[in-house]
Amino acid sequence: MTETNPASQEASSSSEFEREPVPKSELKGANKFWGMYAGEHCAGTEFMIGPLFLLNGVSLQNIFLGLLLGNLLAVLSWRYLCAPIATQARLTLYYHLEKIAGKHLVILYNLANGILFCFLAGAMITVSATAVGIPFNIPMPTIDSIYPNSIAFVVIVLAVGSVIAVVAARGYDTVAKFANVAAPWMILVFAACGIVAFNQLEVSDWAALKSLWSESIVFAQAGQGDSTMGFWSVVFFGWFCNAAMHVGMSDLSVFRFAKKPSYGWASAAGMYVGHYMAWIAAAFMLAAQIKLLKDANPVPGPMAYSVTGIAGIICVIVAGWTTANPTIYRAGLAFQAIVPKASRFKVTLFTGLVATIAGTFPAFAWKLLTFVGTYGTILAPIGAIIFFDWHYRRNGDPEQLRNAQPASSFSIPVLVSWVIPVGIALYLIYGKGIAAHFFPLPCWLGCGLLYLILSKKETTVAPQNT
Amino acid sequence: MTLVLTIVARLGLALTILPPILFLFDTLPLDSVKWVMLLGTLLWLGASPFLQKKHEASAAE
Repeated sequence: MTETNPASQEASSSSEFEREPVPKSELKGANKFWGMYAGEHCAGTEFMIGPLFLLNGVSLQNIFLGLLLGNLLAVLSWRYLCAPIATQARLTLYYHLEKIAGKHLVILYNLANGILFCFLAGAMITVSATAVGIPFNIPMPTIDSIYPNSIAFVVIVLAVGSVIAVVAARGYDTVAKFANVAAPWMILVFAACGIVAFNQLEVSDWAALKSLWSESIVFAQAGQGDSTMGFWSVVFFGWFCNAAMHVGMSDLSVFRFAKKPSYGWASAAGMYVGHYMAWIAAAFMLAAQIKLLKDANPVPGPMAYSVTGIAGIICVIVAGWTTANPTIYRAGLAFQAIVPKASRFKVTLFTGLVATIAGTFPAFAWKLLTFVGTYGTILAPIGAIIFFDWHYRRNGDPEQLRNAQPASSFSIPVLVSWVIPVGIALYLIYGKGIAAHFFPLPCWLGCGLLYLILSKKETTVAPQNT
Repeated sequence: MTLVLTIVARLGLALTILPPILFLFDTLPLDSVKWVMLLGTLLWLGASPFLQKKHEASAAE
């Protein structure tokens, strides 16, 4: 899954166009977007998600077909929901939302965003630590581990997290550049992992592969072989694991630099390289590990090491590091918006510390499927506010939006529209145990419709220059 | 210099992906795959940052 985007990083790091439309002279070509999406969606967490499908008993057919459809729906969401608004309004999500909901509600959104980013970064730190620990022969946490399994693992996580936090606090330009450099190589290592693991499975046809896959599920589930995720679960997970970015409109900040909305198709590179090839490759790695070592623990470092050696270890570290680092940076920025007088260095360092502590608990990595669904459920509905406001309040007129001021600095209709569907969804996820990835869509629709109803009386358009 | 860096970087990528393909067709043992991939990794990570700097410099001009 993706976490941050270089185009937005570039913009935020240089403090350019944060509160103004991107001028025509600064628009980027299509190649930049294709490369960026392909690289950004090959993150450390991809090493976790593929194996988790196997552990949840997803059939091979559902993985191949479900992800094919789910990723297509995600691409269409970027292309037809996010990119058209971005290329007309050309504002960041934050400034766009501020125009509708007021700056104090944006702070609340930032707080939610920052906290969720912290835990996501924590999972990435865990992933990197599983690779760093290999040369020291440290026992890794198992899939049942909620708490850290040894002092040595905690020390490794603290060391990895500290380096990432300090680098993030000092600014991430160097790491962002290194991430761009590493991206093509990382994609090939992911592919290499899948190819080697596939060969280790020693299957000659589809029937044999299906049979071996089923045996792997039975072994991983200690003889049960139950599936907790069917075809539509996989479709919805594939579609909404980046819900905050596409239907949630976070990538307005990226596509505001695009010349045309058709650049939204570039997200296909990320979906079909990172969320298709890489997930399937990682799932094959676990299947091969089960076949050869009778070990169903989806620990990324050892899995990658067993199929591609030291190159695999480096890939896990780099994939985790290059995504955790900007994630912590952006979480720090989100928190800094709440306490603007605090230094960015200290806030980011503190954020990194929180993420590192979260990283010592392997449960955050093992529960990534639920976490990613929750992340989308909480943040994506804000995108519905922007979408419905743009089409039904502004009639797609960028000038009207740019010249507008919110009716208040803390829009109650927006807050209520956001909190009600999300509150119900969180109750159903954590109170009733319904899978989180089913909720971004109803929450998005519910939030948008509620906003239309509740904001009827609240006029948000008030020309500034009168 | 740019030509040399480009060749080294592309060689690095080739040495990263070709060994697994050879392993798939049972023409290279896994141990060799791992060592050649490490060599490819070092070549790519060694050459491509300098190549990127050169591209940035030429783009700035």
